[in-house]
This record gives sequence, C-alpha cells and structure tokens, in this order.
Amino acid sequence: MLIWHGLVVAGIVVCAILAIRAQRLLTSALWLAGCSALVAVLLYLMGAAELAVIELSVGAGLVTVLFVFAINIAGEDAASLPSPLPRPLSWVVVLVAVGLLAWRVLPELLPLPWLRVTDSSTFSDWVWGNRMVDLLLQVVLIFAGVLGMMGLLSERKKAGEHEEESA
Amino acid sequence: MNLSVATLVFVAVLGLLGVGLYALLATRNLIKVIVALQILVKGAMLALVLAGRLRNAVQEAQSLALTVIVADTIVAVIGLTLAVQIRQRLGTLDIKALTSLRR
Repeated sequence: MLIWHGLVVAGIVVCAILAIRAQRLLTSALWLAGCSALVAVLLYLMGAAELAVIELSVGAGLVTVLFVFAINIAGEDAASLPSPLPRPLSWVVVLVAVGLLAWRVLPELLPLPWLRVTDSSTFSDWVWGNRMVDLLLQVVLIFAGVLGMMGLLSERKKAGEHEEESA
Repeated sequence: MNLSVATLVFVAVLGLLGVGLYALLATRNLIKVIVALQILVKGAMLALVLAGRLRNAVQEAQSLALTVIVADTIVAVIGLTLAVQIRQRLGTLDIKALTSLRR
C-alpha cells in the first residue's frame, strides 16, 4: 500500500516540476493535467473519493481544456524568459518557506497514527446540510467568474469600435 | 524514521508548494504564472484533506476542498481571459512588459 502512495507522490512532484520546466506552453498544460490526475488518485487512496472525481473532471478536464483553448488563441510566446528575481534568491526563499513548514508540521504529524476512517457522516450531509453558506459562495463565485470573463472579452469589441469611429 | 502514509502525502504537499512558489518567483510568462497558481492550490487542497483524514473528518475536509476547487477554477478562467486579452492588445505575455499599467 505504501509503495502505491509513494509512486503516486513521486509522480505528482515530477509532473509539477516538468509542468514548470516545459519550454512549450501546451506541454506545460498537459503536464499540469497529469499532475491533477495523480492528485485525484492520491485523494482516492486517502478515502476522499467524491473529491477525487471532482478534481479529475474539473482539475484535469475542464481546466486543461481552458488552458489549451487560451494557448490556442494567445499563441506560443517565449516561455523561457530570464527570471525577474535572481535564481539563487528564488531558491533561498522557496527552501526557507518549505523548510519552515516542514519544521513546524512534521513533529506534530509523525506520531499521528494512520487510522481507518470511522466517520459515519456522508459527503452530501456536509455539502447540503452543514455547508450551505459555502454553496451560496460557490454560486456567487461562478457568477462573478462568468461576468468577469464576459466583461473582459467585451473590452476588445469596445476598443475595436473606438478605432472604427476614429478612422 | 516512522514513514507513514501521512508523511508521504505531506511530502507531496511540500513538493507542490515548493514547485509552485518557485515558479511564481522565477517565471515571467503570464500563462505559466497561472500554471504555478494551480500547482500551489493543489498543494493546499491536499494539505486540507490530509488534515481532515488525520482528524477523522474526511467528509468535512472534502466539502471545504470543493470550495477551493471552484475558486481555483474561477481564478484560472479569469486569469486566462486576462492573458488572452493582454496578448492581443500588447502582443506579449511577458509580465515585465505590463508597465503601461503604471502610467
């Protein structure tokens, strides 16, 4: 069992690194989809089956389609520009942040046993019963996202109209 | 060392957070920045479910992580739309070229 978890964890980290290192944006989006799919597998192995399905369909499916669509329209730009911060400084910041997190959490985490799930409540109890405010927030978020996207996309039309008027 | 499933999952969380943070600091391409944000949020979501699993509250953690997924997807949608618009207007995806916002 531990071997499977180990393989999936290694796959997740390797996919994330390759998504960042890929020279082409499309390759980067596909590695991100692989990372999402492996995160879904890990969630399933941890007993969060419902969330795994949602992550697989939304994280690996919908978001990848969005990325491919956007890259198709925007076109491949130079993905390997020199970094805005000196690379050693970025490494130091990342290592300090990750090191501090590990230092704070690992001593608490190591003694905790990996017990069987005895939680008798169901996912729908929590989503529809105890988390109605979250559901409302999600509806508002989706509306805000759609309105924001439509607003941004209509900007070009307005700009085009102005150009036509001035011409 | 007591290597349990929890430790392995935490290694994945640390890996995702580290890679995402590094990419945020080191990349200048707008679409890559959104990829980095996606990776960071995946790390945070895994940490949330891990905490729920260890406290025997998986379902509660799942219902919280659902909101994270929705918010993350909306961020990706808005970010990618913005990137497409910037590319069509300014002809570049380089975040250093977005200095016209300063004027």
